[in-house]
Amino acid sequence: MKRRSMLLGTAAAAASTAAHAQAPRLHPALADGVRDTAVLDALPGKQPMIKLSYRPPNYESTLEAFRTAITPNDRFFVRYHLSEIPDIAALANWRLRIGGDAAGREIEIDRAALDRLEQVEIAAVCQCSGNRRGLSAPHVPGVQWGVGAMGNAVWRGPRLRDVLALAGVKPGAVEIAYQGPDVGVLDATPVFAKSIPVDRAMDENAIIATQMNGTDLPHYNGYPARIVIPGWTATYWMKHVTRIEIRSTPLASFWMKAAYRLPTGMFPGSPFPTQDNATNRPITDILVNSLVSSHQDGDSVAAAGFTLSGIAWDNGSGIARVELSLDGGASWKPAALGPDGGRFGFRSWSVTASAVAGKVTVLIRATSMAGATQPEKPVFNGAGYHNNAIQSLPLIAA
Amino acid sequence: MRKLIITAMLAAAPALAPALAPALAAEPIVPLKPGANADLLAQHCAACHSADYIRTNAPFLSADGWKAEVTKMRAVFGAPIDDEDAGKIVAYLVGSYGGGK
Repeated sequence: MKRRSMLLGTAAAAASTAAHAQAPRLHPALADGVRDTAVLDALPGKQPMIKLSYRPPNYESTLEAFRTAITPNDRFFVRYHLSEIPDIAALANWRLRIGGDAAGREIEIDRAALDRLEQVEIAAVCQCSGNRRGLSAPHVPGVQWGVGAMGNAVWRGPRLRDVLALAGVKPGAVEIAYQGPDVGVLDATPVFAKSIPVDRAMDENAIIATQMNGTDLPHYNGYPARIVIPGWTATYWMKHVTRIEIRSTPLASFWMKAAYRLPTGMFPGSPFPTQDNATNRPITDILVNSLVSSHQDGDSVAAAGFTLSGIAWDNGSGIARVELSLDGGASWKPAALGPDGGRFGFRSWSVTASAVAGKVTVLIRATSMAGATQPEKPVFNGAGYHNNAIQSLPLIAA
Repeated sequence: MRKLIITAMLAAAPALAPALAPALAAEPIVPLKPGANADLLAQHCAACHSADYIRTNAPFLSADGWKAEVTKMRAVFGAPIDDEDAGKIVAYLVGSYGGGK
């Protein structure tokens, strides 16, 4: 239905849009194909962001979105796997069905039912598993994300466990699975469905968010309700969630069994007993990481004194320190941390330094409260996940 | 309903070849290089996704990498592409974009 009206779009209208498209400033490690096609483009309700694909829409935040610890809604990244996304009018009739073989009963609830439950707020980083995939060396297939497939928001809504309790969770439940209404164009394309261990779903920090930074979720960030699993990557943060299954068996979808997996033992991360195997396992926790948001590669700074600032985050232990090195990592200077807005969120930081005039390479390293720190080099994997290498930022001091 | 939509896409596709058909009214066309069988991409790939998916991965995907992508689109995502067209699509991608250098 929607597709039919889409086809009325003319090439002429498209060409005029393209002519005005601006080239974003891109990370130097991205592939030439990204440089050739990425443009600054605004989705409805959004500021211009870096368009990596029009359909389905995959748009990453520009660096300015990360100059505050809270990422503004209208600059928050957008990621979809499948092209048929319900519009706002269709979502006005949104309902959530909850059931499954380990549920007490099958129920259907609306937005008002979510609003009647106890409301909680939590600041948490929503980071795409594939954030920074485009920086992988060698490059690996997939959406070629730079550093902006992430954001930090204050999410508000009922706890997931309170919503599940409306249907009842039987003792034999092992996974909570869910999906949204977005689908592929072909009937044969599998829906995007994910699951989490039942104990992760019952955690007090797991919520179904209806609000983001004080307003309803933006359309492209999951209106009217999305799953929020603080500390875990965004693949589990189902947008527009319309179906929840309380299961006594593991979900065997493509998106669990084949996609979003890592070689077993390569990275730390919470166990996922019903999905882990000896060879590979689902990606789970976000790794400790940081980003300079005040400067980009090749920027000029005053040799006599300059201030760098940015953000650091991990999976919820919190950030213990952020440090700067101007001598290739031989010595480190601590940055000042900004206000603590919650252990699952971005922590802002800033640090002042001076340098001899000429080229200077700044290293920035974050360490978590759990004692994890960023590695010197990314750990290569075929999906390009978990690039949390120390940022090496070339600047010109003058 | 989705099947009807696909039929409409296929009917419209040749006029837009070799660019993939835009989905949104304002979706700009992401052009692909001209070449033998470029029209097959407009027919088979454009129905589900814009061509920037192809362009962004083109500089580094090898012939085997392209084969794996086309196989995934058929086996996992259900793209109705027969063996002959799949071979032609891979040949176009490798021939037009270098096959990974």
